[in-house]
Amino acid sequence: MAVSKFPVEASHIMMFARSVADDNQIYYDDEYAKKTEPGTIIAPPTFVQASAQFDPDYSLRPKVGAPWFGSGKEATGIKREGSGSGGGGGGGLHAEQHYEYHRHPKPGDILTGETKPGKTWEKEGRRSGKLVFSESITEYRDQNGELVVTARGVGVRTERPVDQ
Amino acid sequence: MALKASELKVGDTYSECVVEDLKRTQIVQYAGASGDYNPLHTDEIFTTQVAKYPSVFAHGMLSMGMTGRMITNYVGDGRLKKFGVRFTSQVWPGDTLNATATVEEVTEEDGEMVVNLKVETTNQDGATVISGYACARVDP
Repeated sequence: MAVSKFPVEASHIMMFARSVADDNQIYYDDEYAKKTEPGTIIAPPTFVQASAQFDPDYSLRPKVGAPWFGSGKEATGIKREGSGSGGGGGGGLHAEQHYEYHRHPKPGDILTGETKPGKTWEKEGRRSGKLVFSESITEYRDQNGELVVTARGVGVRTERPVDQ
Repeated sequence: MALKASELKVGDTYSECVVEDLKRTQIVQYAGASGDYNPLHTDEIFTTQVAKYPSVFAHGMLSMGMTGRMITNYVGDGRLKKFGVRFTSQVWPGDTLNATATVEEVTEEDGEMVVNLKVETTNQDGATVISGYACARVDP
């Protein structure tokens, strides 16, 4: 994932804070935020995840004219090759996420996100068969090239859906 | 409102119920705000019939985001330096989650005082859904 322009906007911060049920007024009200220690609206801790909105190639967003794997008339919009036993459940899940804050993003920032692959490793899972882990590191920098947030994510592909 | 190093003790805890009876609509809200529209989180038909899970389930990042609220309420605005988690169990509609931070260490780092916290979020059955850590700047 590479994001060449991630404008941090107050309304996006508000919507994001609502979605994680965080009613801290520092995410909603700039008059309130002026009286806080940061002195401005800042982004909640996991906000940079929403950089996906600004990644033109992000695969988990339906795109105009392209097939989408969610349901419509059929349970999935993708025609699968072969019998496909086990369905699409043995897909990717999020295993870990780590953030280091060099400072907290605020409205007006224009971030870029450059992602580099990290390590990959395998493990035999008790509830989902073979697990393949892969790490990626994203550096979010501001309009001055300064590092704002370093994000390290670990994804896992499972052989089959996780047993419940 | 900021924490003071002089008043923190190893083993101190702070907890919040971060969601009660998680609604599918909140998961939809998170999909919209974050931009992660994976149908596993919002499309019951795809998730049950194609992916073969019992129902849609929350984005790991939604649980992490709600857990983050507990941490920032504890350590204060703009104080967080590090926050990391492992997603250890899935979170389902109807779940009630409690998030807890436990003081592990109060120390000096790069000329300022910080608190290192163990972070754990559990569901209504006591299963851990998130296990992680946070580090925040504190007053002396």
